[in-house]
Amino acid sequence: MVSVGASAVAAALPGAVGAAPAANDAPVLAKVAFTVNGEKRDLELDTRTSLLDAAREHMHLTGSKKGCDHGQCGACTMIVDGRRINACLTLAVMHQGAQITTIEGLGQPENLHPMQAAFIKHDGYQCGYCTPGQICSGVAVLDEIKAGIPSHVTADLNAPMQVTDAEIRERMSGNICRCGAYSNIVEAMTDVADQNKARRPA
Amino acid sequence: MKSFTYERPTSPAQAAAAVSANPNAKFIAGGTNLLDLMKLQIETPTHLVDVNGLGLDGIEATPEGGLRVGALVRNTDLAADARVRKDYAVLSRALLAGASGQLRNKATTAGNLLQRTRCPYFYDTAQACNKRQPGSGCSALDGVSRQLAVIGASEACIATHPGDMAVAMRVLDATVETVDGRGTERKIPISEFHRLPGERPEVDTTLKPGELITAVTLPKPLGGAHIYRKVRDRASYAYALVSVAAVVQPDGSGRAAFGGVAHKPWRVEAAEGEMARGAKAVTAQVFAGAKPTHDNAYKLKLAERTLGAALTEARA
Repeated sequence: MVSVGASAVAAALPGAVGAAPAANDAPVLAKVAFTVNGEKRDLELDTRTSLLDAAREHMHLTGSKKGCDHGQCGACTMIVDGRRINACLTLAVMHQGAQITTIEGLGQPENLHPMQAAFIKHDGYQCGYCTPGQICSGVAVLDEIKAGIPSHVTADLNAPMQVTDAEIRERMSGNICRCGAYSNIVEAMTDVADQNKARRPA
Repeated sequence: MKSFTYERPTSPAQAAAAVSANPNAKFIAGGTNLLDLMKLQIETPTHLVDVNGLGLDGIEATPEGGLRVGALVRNTDLAADARVRKDYAVLSRALLAGASGQLRNKATTAGNLLQRTRCPYFYDTAQACNKRQPGSGCSALDGVSRQLAVIGASEACIATHPGDMAVAMRVLDATVETVDGRGTERKIPISEFHRLPGERPEVDTTLKPGELITAVTLPKPLGGAHIYRKVRDRASYAYALVSVAAVVQPDGSGRAAFGGVAHKPWRVEAAEGEMARGAKAVTAQVFAGAKPTHDNAYKLKLAERTLGAALTEARA
């Protein structure tokens, strides 16, 4: 059994120590190792640290934003082991060995990801706060459609999935934009889907 | 959030033993509901037992012609499974009607069954709530209750089970498989899994302390048209005001379960003999004995109309 305990004592995962309850709400530290944007990271964290706080506060990757911190707004969206998740609603210590991509890992100003370039071209933001989450989610949504994962608005569960405005809007409902850039986000995602289609052999 | 120790056991029995041994321990799977509640200090476990590494994430055929869904199968994977889409479409539809894409990628089958209510008085720690703090009272009774239960509630609690998946599982007659801290396995029919609040609204299910869900099994396919119809305040990413999971056969017979109306998915098998006669005949029996508040009496009419829409969709 792999366990971490003993207040304020760091324990590697794997590696066993006794799981004594934390006394007086003292912090419990644990070690975790994962790969972020292609770089191996070893961290020692309070077990309470969300994956979002681990990125922002401990790795200084501040692209992912903390909006609601309760999984309602999507500003913290990261791609973990190929899937988009709310990084605020998961513990960093639960991701031993994971492959994590944040907005910084998708592209950089001098080498933009096609989705980043499309958001600029189509004016898919105003204040920009939700944008890193929108872009990470947008990239993952196109992958989900390509992988044949259905959505609430998919008419036929057993037919190939299509990239339509209705599909994009439904699948992006976990990313809130208070500036209301939604229609331009749909255009940006549609543009990238068209680019991907053109690149794919018929 | 209160601090906690953390462990990753390597077998289901070990995990159940770890939580059985410590009344302040909890299992964590996707964490999408538990961590939210821990941030608000509505849940304050001092020890978390991470069940993600237990190998409970497969979907396999059963000898009876059904499917056995591992407790850790993510909502996305269950909804997208080809066998579920083809033979248990009501389950795919229910899952896809719930939460957001990000949450469905993390949320698990067992965790979805165990999600706590979304009653606003359960979430607001300044309010009285017998579910959050037994004996403190229920602020919802005289409060804003348009989202809350219309049937099966008690003087102690009018909260609802908030989920969609369980409503589909109820109409499919699923079975919940568990293991306890001594390694004893048991099977609980979904109809007996969630309980009514009664005098003990703090207890959501019939699981024993430390008992771990290992799988949910679905009986062999029913055929027919599978409909999940959900009515909510916005088109996506909102809890049901009323939902209907229905399986309707070509001759008009069928089954229906209702979400958003009670502390558990609400199904009255005796009323299903009326399915071919239409929604009104069914809901008159399903909701006999309902005690809505002035805020949520609309749900009774809405349930009838939602079933009516589901039956129309099934005939289309």
